[in-house]
Amino acid sequence: MASDSNPDSDTEPLEPTADPDSDADQANEEALRRIADRNPTRLGVGRSGPRPTTDALLEFRADHGVARDAVHSRVSDGLIDDLGLVELRTTVADTDQYLARPDLGRELDADSLERLERECEPAPEVQIVVSDGLSSSAVEANVPQLLPALLDGLEGRDISVGTPVFVEFGRVDVMDAVGEELEADCCVSLIGERPGLRTAESLSAYLVYGPKRGSATAKKSVVSNIHDGGLPPVEAGAELVDLIAEMLAAEASGVDLREDDREFRTE
Amino acid sequence: MAVKTTTPDVGDRFDSVVEVLAKANEPKTGDELAGIAADSDAERVAAKRALAGIRLETLRENPVVPADEDEVTRVIQEAVREPIYEEIKDWTVADLREYLVAMGTGEREIAAIRPGLTSEMIAAVTKLMSNLDLALVTSRMEVPARCNTTVGERGTLSFRLQPNDPADDVSNIVDATREGLSYGVGDAVIGVNPVQDSVETTTRILEATHEFIEAWDVPTQNCCLSHVTTQMDAIREGAPADLVFQSLAGTEAGNDEFGVDVDLLDEAHDLAQRRCVSSGPNVMYFETGQGAELSGDAHHGVDQLTLEARCYGLAKRYDPFLVNTVVGFIGPEYLYDGRQVIRAGLEDVFMGQLHGIPMGIDACYTNHMGADQNDIENLAVLLAAAGANYFITVPMGDDVMLNYQSNSYHDAAALWELFDLEPAPAFREWLAEMDLWREGRLTERAGDPTIFT
Repeated sequence: MASDSNPDSDTEPLEPTADPDSDADQANEEALRRIADRNPTRLGVGRSGPRPTTDALLEFRADHGVARDAVHSRVSDGLIDDLGLVELRTTVADTDQYLARPDLGRELDADSLERLERECEPAPEVQIVVSDGLSSSAVEANVPQLLPALLDGLEGRDISVGTPVFVEFGRVDVMDAVGEELEADCCVSLIGERPGLRTAESLSAYLVYGPKRGSATAKKSVVSNIHDGGLPPVEAGAELVDLIAEMLAAEASGVDLREDDREFRTE
Repeated sequence: MAVKTTTPDVGDRFDSVVEVLAKANEPKTGDELAGIAADSDAERVAAKRALAGIRLETLRENPVVPADEDEVTRVIQEAVREPIYEEIKDWTVADLREYLVAMGTGEREIAAIRPGLTSEMIAAVTKLMSNLDLALVTSRMEVPARCNTTVGERGTLSFRLQPNDPADDVSNIVDATREGLSYGVGDAVIGVNPVQDSVETTTRILEATHEFIEAWDVPTQNCCLSHVTTQMDAIREGAPADLVFQSLAGTEAGNDEFGVDVDLLDEAHDLAQRRCVSSGPNVMYFETGQGAELSGDAHHGVDQLTLEARCYGLAKRYDPFLVNTVVGFIGPEYLYDGRQVIRAGLEDVFMGQLHGIPMGIDACYTNHMGADQNDIENLAVLLAAAGANYFITVPMGDDVMLNYQSNSYHDAAALWELFDLEPAPAFREWLAEMDLWREGRLTERAGDPTIFT
């Protein structure tokens, strides 16, 4: 790959720096490896002339492809059935509209409102709302483990849980609509985070006490970065049980619950 | 539909200056989300026609948010140099466009009218200009600024090195700095976004970057982009900062969402001038971005481009060293895809430079936006051609802390080569001393962070 410099050129062209055959370069290569391995950033990727190497370029594009696919694919019907979720949707028509109109992703469509009344238990202490959000992969990867852990934990504390629902094209705040309709004491939204290039499988849990349409983001508590490389889903389930018990006891969430709970990750 | 109003020039199809400005905008999802965009392309062009005939005086006298309700309006109005305004107040917005694009108009001619312009006038003319108009007129403007280095001089293109780390780990931050410097980037600033907004973290980051800059004698400046009050506390306790940073909005209510107001910014500017370790005179750094006001419900029914212009009107008060729009960070509900991001990027840099502020750009996108690396490489080529002062760069374009993508360290050398540009002079000389720069190009050593170990 690294050819000799063009003899006609006045300046030395940019070529990959490492030549694995020389000892000095080998030591350099090891130092580079140490930097690259220690860092979560894409360091020590090298270059071809002024541009990234082909490997680094394609790896970047591959990670971006996974992230894009997570945004644009939908949670499978099989998963929704397996978890026994009542399937609802918002007033959003398709993914394009979902991305452009967050306001439409906060309200249920007419059929879903009816279904909610017909099929879901009213006035539970806790209502669980699962949404694809910005990553269906996050739901697929985490909810099958997180949900049973959460349900078991709440049952163990004698906290009543309503009928869990899945809301397609839901934003975080759709839990306000669901919770308000059902008159739940508190609502938990399990929703796919905006995917990064490191992982497309990160899930967030938002919690609100006294769900009401239009309530401020600051009134919500959040547990984010739920995935195998961050907060593993089963541990997240246990953490959520503790937080819900605290919310129910204090009758508050978000900044009303903990003053230092100010840093919110928005969608 | 046809409503006559008392506002002169607006015509009988629209009710107000605010409505004409909003509907004359190129398509943006943020204006649609706010419910103020044109309903059709025909209506959009009708609004552009109406706008073309509006006189600058009408725009001055009808600020999009009334002066008695909004201190940003007052800052903009009070900064107008009246004799120059008097000379141009009867121009229409079309006259202004034609002055800017005329043969023979250069920085001198633009500088001659600049103090008479308000942010609303600048926003208005932007809405009449095509992408190539924007690039052409931007290339005619030269707005340099000086902190430890001078950026924005003709023939130069600078870069912010953004070595963010998801755990604020300073050894990782320094490694990413090493790698960036080895690609020749970092002459605009070594600027770190911390995860944790605390005096302790801010101080740690400022100390680590400052020590590195001193140890290797790098002609640049450091900055930690925590909230301005956090930086002020850190600086008061002795943290070594070259610049003071804050995000700005184009309305008082928007700045309130950011936890700042003009008094606080005045105080920060005053402190920066007295306590920053840099040689100045320009010691402030601001970031902006279309849509910030709507996302904070502080937009007053005004379109996102006009509010963005007002950010620059506010920034100008503080003679900043760096101002950049973080154009594609906000998401698809404000700028939907690569096309909208590219348009907004051209608009923002043009508007900043026409305000007379030294403007750069974070050409960036998130993963839920209809854009990819090719789109922002396109934008970088356009704005390097147009003469933006600087770009943001991160390792391989991937910021693992802020979870978005921007230009790569690699892009600097490609843009210098494409347009025959160079880093800021003092930094370029330092690169040459480090054997990283020779005869207008990076050398074979480039790209190896172990040089700085």
